[in-house]
Amino acid sequence: MTFLQSRLRWGFEVVEAWLDRIFGPAWNPLYQLGALGFFYYWVVAVSGIYVYILFDTGTTEAYESVEYMTVEQWYLGGVMRSLHRYASDGMVLMMVVHMLREFALDRYRGARWFTWVTGTPVLWLVFVAGISGYWMVWDELAQYIAILSTEWLDWLGIFGEPIARNFLAPHTLDDRFFTLLTFIHIVAPLLLLLVLWIHLLRVTRPRINPKRGLAVGTFLMLVALSFVKPAISHPPADLTKVPGVLDLDWFYLPAYPLMDHFSYGAVWAFAAVLSFMLFALPWLPPRRRAAAAAVDLDNCNGCERCANDCPFEAILMRPRSDALPFEQEASVDANLCTACGICAGSCPTSTPFRRASDLVPGIDLPERSLPVLRERLEAASAKLSGKTRVIVFGCDHAALVESLGSSQTGALSLPCIAALPPSFIDYVLSRDLADGVVITGCRDGECFNRFGVDWMTARLAGTRDPYLRKRVPRERVLTYWAAGADRAALAKAIEDFHTALAALPAAPPPAKMPRARPTASEGVSLDA
Amino acid sequence: MPSVLRYLAQGVVYALIAGLFGYFATSPAYRHADTQRAKLTLSLAHSGDPVHPCRRLTREEIAALPPNMRKLTDCPRERLPVLVEIVLDGRTIVSRSVSPSGLFGDGPSQIYENFEIPAGSYSLAARLRDSARSEGFDYVREAQVEIAPQQRLVIEFRAESGGFFFSAADRARS
Repeated sequence: MTFLQSRLRWGFEVVEAWLDRIFGPAWNPLYQLGALGFFYYWVVAVSGIYVYILFDTGTTEAYESVEYMTVEQWYLGGVMRSLHRYASDGMVLMMVVHMLREFALDRYRGARWFTWVTGTPVLWLVFVAGISGYWMVWDELAQYIAILSTEWLDWLGIFGEPIARNFLAPHTLDDRFFTLLTFIHIVAPLLLLLVLWIHLLRVTRPRINPKRGLAVGTFLMLVALSFVKPAISHPPADLTKVPGVLDLDWFYLPAYPLMDHFSYGAVWAFAAVLSFMLFALPWLPPRRRAAAAAVDLDNCNGCERCANDCPFEAILMRPRSDALPFEQEASVDANLCTACGICAGSCPTSTPFRRASDLVPGIDLPERSLPVLRERLEAASAKLSGKTRVIVFGCDHAALVESLGSSQTGALSLPCIAALPPSFIDYVLSRDLADGVVITGCRDGECFNRFGVDWMTARLAGTRDPYLRKRVPRERVLTYWAAGADRAALAKAIEDFHTALAALPAAPPPAKMPRARPTASEGVSLDA
Repeated sequence: MPSVLRYLAQGVVYALIAGLFGYFATSPAYRHADTQRAKLTLSLAHSGDPVHPCRRLTREEIAALPPNMRKLTDCPRERLPVLVEIVLDGRTIVSRSVSPSGLFGDGPSQIYENFEIPAGSYSLAARLRDSARSEGFDYVREAQVEIAPQQRLVIEFRAESGGFFFSAADRARS
């Protein structure tokens, strides 16, 4: 499993690097697969409404109405039909690649099980919606799908009479059947929307719309494709004949050739095992979960920063339960916490300068606490020598930094780069623990913990609390976002940074630097 | 990358994705059935006779029943299995005793099966027994049928209309 994941991850990172160059991180389609899926959904919905206006329910009327919109009204009805088809295909592609990518990046375990598991029924609903749509055209392809689908369902033996008997001859087929199909074709996407809402319940600020430029490009692509290769029908269905050669939509209908070549029971077994595997994947094999973040009420002033920064809705603010004179306190839902540490990185009390009292942040990871990070930092610094000493702070899910260590470079990895309070950078430089600091994490636009890179970038830029203090010499801080596949590039960037640091005038001695004191926004009230 | 080159490269990526959608939405073509062969579908949902005939209750038996449940006859729910035989050019392709459906064995016996056969002319015989008789059949239909390539011949049974129907032969006859 791990081998498969690492190979897939490597593949994704290579393609993503190319797409970063072409689209830029903000428009990279692989960073917005879920949002693109939603976008395709809306294209399907809007084009579907138009197609439905022209569609007639009836054994002969269905085909005739679809032919009318395809041939007579090709410039609008035909384009809408094609948009409906290709955007539906796009949904399947986005859905499958999205699942594969989340699997490759190991973003389906632990607290993320809920989002993975609730995404699984989406597969079924998308296929039900798509297949019922193909059925409605009532051409040879629809006939083929109808007969195989009903025979497949009949295999279960749950119907009073085999439903495939409805398709024995033209006279056995009722117009009302198309009314039922239309109902299924409308209800399935509505249910899909409901399941998608549940799918995103545990995701803070879910990205459900792609960036405008990407949306425009995608839509233009669909329109162009609709003109170049419009969706057309097969000859009309004829139940007295067996369709021979069919132009299958392989996005939606790959199960049908399987039904032709294997027994219906085997296809049911395959579908059941696949569904079960997908549902159970977060626990296959069971893995120990890192301990959830813990709140230390004596150091929590209820500032809400941790709750605002948490990407997984794991922190709630609730009325104070102790005697301290604050209105709220943070509370962690351990079931939702992924132990990314972003909350600790945002806490105003997470400052390593604290000497009068122990470094006990208001919120921290029990297994990877900030006091331990400070100890590791000081130990790494003590080992450094040479003219340009550099400390690298990295992320467990990006380019691995710990192997980049040398006599001049000390490297520390965190569960997320945003788990690093910016005051640690100040601490390194003001206490002369190193001559430069490198901040690295997942690629821009694609953070394992969703917002880690964004929050860290904003903190460094001084646009999101906690800020990196202005006194920190920016020329001594390098940010370089790098995925696992970019490790060599990161090593080169660090090497260049050493060269750049060597060219800088010597840093003022630490004794002359003003004493670091948390600002009001950094929670001075508790930093005594 | 200069912006013009970037937009050009984006156009190439969009074209590749469009090509992916356009191709796999209809290709490669799939051959579901051999164009020289035909399909025979047997479809049947028919209830056999009750396992026992209805029995007239005696006066004492009727009196022993609760007043709201008194009736003249006692009819068993269970049905006999239905024996079905399909013979194509003297070769028996189906010979099966089909049990009644339902938890209490009181539903219709059901068969739905497909057979792929070469196109051509066949003598087709369909027989069904739904009674307690031990020999012979209650319904028999024999006919010479012509089955064209890719044609679907449906063998249906409708007791209320007299028994078996062969869709191809019956259509030709009508």
